Amino acid sequence: MKPIQMKICSNQQVSQRYWHMKVDASELTEPVMPGQFFQLRCGHDLNPFLRRPFSIYRINREEKTLEFLYLVKGAGTQRLTLMQAGDSVDVFGPLGTPFVLEDEWKTILLLARGVGIATLAALAQDAAEKGVQAVAILSARSRNDLLAAETLQGFGAKVLFVTDEEQTSGVDSVREQIESLLAEHPIQAAFTCGSKRLSRLLQEITAQHGIPGQIALEEHMGCAMGVCFACVCDVRDGEYLKTVRVCKEGPVFPLEKVVLG
Amino acid sequence: MTTELKMSVNIGSLTLANPIMPASGAFGEDMEGIIDFNQLGAVVPKSITKHPRKGNATPRVCETPAGMINSIGIQSKGIDYYMENVIPYYGRYQTPLISSISADSIDEFAEMASIIAGTKEVAALELNISCPNLKGNGAAFGMDAKLTRELISEVRKVTEKPLIAKLTPNVTSIQEIALAAEAGGADGLNVANTLLAMAIDVHTRRPRIGNVLGGLSGPAVKPIIVRMIYQVHQVTNLPIIGCGGVMNGEDALEMILAGASAVQVGTASFVQPTAMLDILEEIKQYMVQYGITDINSLVGQVAAGKHTTEGC
Repeated sequence: MKPIQMKICSNQQVSQRYWHMKVDASELTEPVMPGQFFQLRCGHDLNPFLRRPFSIYRINREEKTLEFLYLVKGAGTQRLTLMQAGDSVDVFGPLGTPFVLEDEWKTILLLARGVGIATLAALAQDAAEKGVQAVAILSARSRNDLLAAETLQGFGAKVLFVTDEEQTSGVDSVREQIESLLAEHPIQAAFTCGSKRLSRLLQEITAQHGIPGQIALEEHMGCAMGVCFACVCDVRDGEYLKTVRVCKEGPVFPLEKVVLG
Repeated sequence: MTTELKMSVNIGSLTLANPIMPASGAFGEDMEGIIDFNQLGAVVPKSITKHPRKGNATPRVCETPAGMINSIGIQSKGIDYYMENVIPYYGRYQTPLISSISADSIDEFAEMASIIAGTKEVAALELNISCPNLKGNGAAFGMDAKLTRELISEVRKVTEKPLIAKLTPNVTSIQEIALAAEAGGADGLNVANTLLAMAIDVHTRRPRIGNVLGGLSGPAVKPIIVRMIYQVHQVTNLPIIGCGGVMNGEDALEMILAGASAVQVGTASFVQPTAMLDILEEIKQYMVQYGITDINSLVGQVAAGKHTTEGC
């Protein structure tokens, strides 16, 4: 696997804080799976210095394009917004361990917050293609932040929106919503990304109901190839804790095993 | 017409096919699908400790202007795992394996060196003397000339394989430490480890590294390292491996002209995973451009006149 210069098809602002980029991935030979990520160079020089990890928002296998939905947060993502259609972007990946959708699962729950919505959107797309029903709770600061999340409905997912500005995103309120979704739907697996608070909640609920869960973690990364051991987290391994690499063993882990500090 | 370029260099009795190798901590088995290890001058896996180590709290890296700070804490699976898995893995490649060792005491360095150098696959040892001496006052071995000499001479007693001392740049006189390592019996010097650094998030008022302090690497440190290579080369004939902020062929050549026989590439591989082989190619292009047939003829060939000690 080598970094590829991918042509940018489009790079546009979709809400106050979020941007959407689509790239031509026709030179990519490795299959791409939801939950995996790519390391992008956000400029053509060494400023910002390091690559930035971006999870995949949409995988368009027939069109051979990839889409990223990104929150403009720091120097890297600000620089990325300056790139235009027709420019090329240096893309390295796909990296990391993807989500797993077991064949016997017919209904799944997605719980995402913020930019974690992008990560679960790719999974919702895959689920739809496999005929799996997805029910989702998407959490964000504001309604504006959720504009970019509307694509999930395009995959036939049943989506509930909660926001800080409407005071609907508190843990207790989300707990009630998850419980009622579990009562209404035969949910066989749960997936989460984007909030430690919500992940802890889902860890608790899935344990109570005996439902398997998967979580995609975010961490500051150095190499993203598994050699520098910068992006680590603790996972339970029997009675012991094991420190593992988010870029390699993750970013997707069994929800019950992850230690959410 | 293509001229045959002589790229091989020597570190003591060890001959490397070319001067480019990874810096410890920025290389591993997971890069095998990205670059051909057989095209490197040497392979240098992450430093190994005697016992397994968990490593430091996250965040373990943060970006800084033209570089990054890291404090990983040598997360390690211990020497038994290393002997059973890491050494046999690299033994499959024809590229010489340089094992980087980190220890808490001189005795432990000697014990580990004896075990690791005793395997046929290991071509040389790199002693990470930048780590703290836990049986002393906790300061790094490499910050003290006497300890440096003692450490190298104790390890020298247990193996005849080439010993490379990886110096810390966090010293007043790198020349003094280099001479101490030479006196202790080192065959080569790595100049140098990362520079002690700190960054603070002013919004949260927290350090940007979990361990508070970390080591700075990347282009930001390169001029300091070039200066140190130059200073070390002036006082010793030991081969030098330059390490610190090399991003491209010109950076590597700068270190070679300052006095390095070989060059390690670390942080650059994070930005460009194929950096090591790109750098090697760029060095060859430079040699062709200037009619250089032997890389060794460039070592220490900076046309520098007299200078003041402090540079001011």
